[in-house]
Amino acid sequence: MSTPAAIRSWEAHFTQYRSVWKTNVMGSFVQPLLYLLGMGLGVGALVDDSGRSDALLDGLTYFQFLAPGLLATTAMMIAANEAMWPVLGGFKWWKKFHSEAATPLTPNEIAGGVALWQITKSCIAVVGVATVLALFPDTRSWGLLLAIVFGTLTGAAFAAPISAWSATRDGDYSFPTINRFVITPLFLFGGAFYPISQLPDWMEPIAIATPLWHGVELCRNAVYDRLEFWPTVGHLAYLVTLAVVGWVMAARSFNRRLTL
Amino acid sequence: MNPPASTPLIEARQLVKRFGDFTAVGGINIEVRPGESFGFLGPNGAGKSSTMRMIGCVSPPTSGDLNIFGLDATRHGKQIRGRMGVVPQLDQLDEQLTVQDNLIVYGRYFDIPRAECKRRAQELLEFVQLTDRADSKIEPLSGGMKRRVSIARSLINEPDLLLLDEPTTGLDPQARHVLWDRLYRLKQQGVTLVLTTHYMDEAEQLCDRLVVMDGGRIVAEGSPNELIREHSPREVLELRYPAGTNEEHAFEVEGIGHRQEALPDRILIYADDGEVALKEVHARGSIPESVLVRRSSLEDVFLKLTGRSLVD
Repeated sequence: MSTPAAIRSWEAHFTQYRSVWKTNVMGSFVQPLLYLLGMGLGVGALVDDSGRSDALLDGLTYFQFLAPGLLATTAMMIAANEAMWPVLGGFKWWKKFHSEAATPLTPNEIAGGVALWQITKSCIAVVGVATVLALFPDTRSWGLLLAIVFGTLTGAAFAAPISAWSATRDGDYSFPTINRFVITPLFLFGGAFYPISQLPDWMEPIAIATPLWHGVELCRNAVYDRLEFWPTVGHLAYLVTLAVVGWVMAARSFNRRLTL
Repeated sequence: MNPPASTPLIEARQLVKRFGDFTAVGGINIEVRPGESFGFLGPNGAGKSSTMRMIGCVSPPTSGDLNIFGLDATRHGKQIRGRMGVVPQLDQLDEQLTVQDNLIVYGRYFDIPRAECKRRAQELLEFVQLTDRADSKIEPLSGGMKRRVSIARSLINEPDLLLLDEPTTGLDPQARHVLWDRLYRLKQQGVTLVLTTHYMDEAEQLCDRLVVMDGGRIVAEGSPNELIREHSPREVLELRYPAGTNEEHAFEVEGIGHRQEALPDRILIYADDGEVALKEVHARGSIPESVLVRRSSLEDVFLKLTGRSLVD
């Protein structure tokens, strides 16, 4: 019985992950936990005592408001970084993709393996955060299972276009810039820490245009069972489109770069 | 299944590879027969690696025909790659994985069941004498060991054809000899070897037949012995004179042997019999500081055909 090629390519990533998973889990599990406790409890006390939180946070405590957003932000950060150095390095430093290309695998299948792995990596991270959320009665719900799917999708929506970019690069100079000027601002302004209605009017449309906000909305509404049909369809369509278009572009770059 | 022995395993007709305006391979014809060990010799930039990439089915030819295992390389790349092993110029091993996992992961690319990959990995590590390093990471291994892992990895799909791009570049003499020995055994098992090298001793050791490439073209073809016979008299007399006086001494020995070459540090006289040539040198009253008579080597042929100027 034969296994689909992209999955066989994915296995290589997974085998490698097994040897480094402990440090990785630290990143995807412990860091959000720290944010949750630090911000959720500390800032939460301030916000909840202000008496305005009911109106602003739709009846959620600040801790409840913040927690599901971390599913999306963690996926974003893990996926974005997975789409930078590992993708560039596969071409430039370790030549992993070239050695795959010497086998029956085609560039599309190699790109498919990368995409599957990025989804896996996002999913592992999101499951880590969801486990933390399940520890607290305020955020424990069956909706977490759906939120895992939405969080993973958020990761994909970042991994795909960034992979398309990385696969065309010859050096890693742009990666810190992406982290500094895209990922970190989104983390802060993407609606995870406060409703984007709190942003200045001109910034609100920008926040809406970014994939993170859609992911945060999906995760939060899933956890508290507040998903409404059309907004949900809109968010999903946006994220899925980004992921699909991004990976199609990435696959093109893989073809160009592996067919000399 | 291998095609009948009379059919070439690799057949290239007027094979061309261009990158923009640059012609890397300028219309070459090659035939490699099953079980043969075939070499591409040439200085850097001669077009060896471009040719190897086309044979490896990762680089489509610009024009010309290329058939491997009787299949068209442009249309059946996937199938052809499945029956081929590739040892790249620089090791492309996964440094974070163990030696054994490198082999298993690679075998999975060929859709070989995991258990079978494991079995073959053990066998292959024994073959390249690395059984005791199976669970070691790649990073601490020596250059020669990494090379052997690369070779083991390239054999995981039990290929009919093995492509080796400069297999021993950068290795110390011991490591090279171990590697040659292993490659020789593969050849004995019937694996067709195609390799590039710029080491003449390697070509003489490993190749039944070879082509010398220069500037994207084939400038000579034959077995190492044929090439030496065809392009160089049997022996070489090397004369060393005090530094800086080569030119005047070249004048003294002019006309001896078939051909002469004045290098900065010595004069080479190509002759059928080196001793006879030396007698004549002495008879003319020329007294070199030191003298060496040796057999013509592939290196002499190579330098004659591709010139002595440095290619970077």
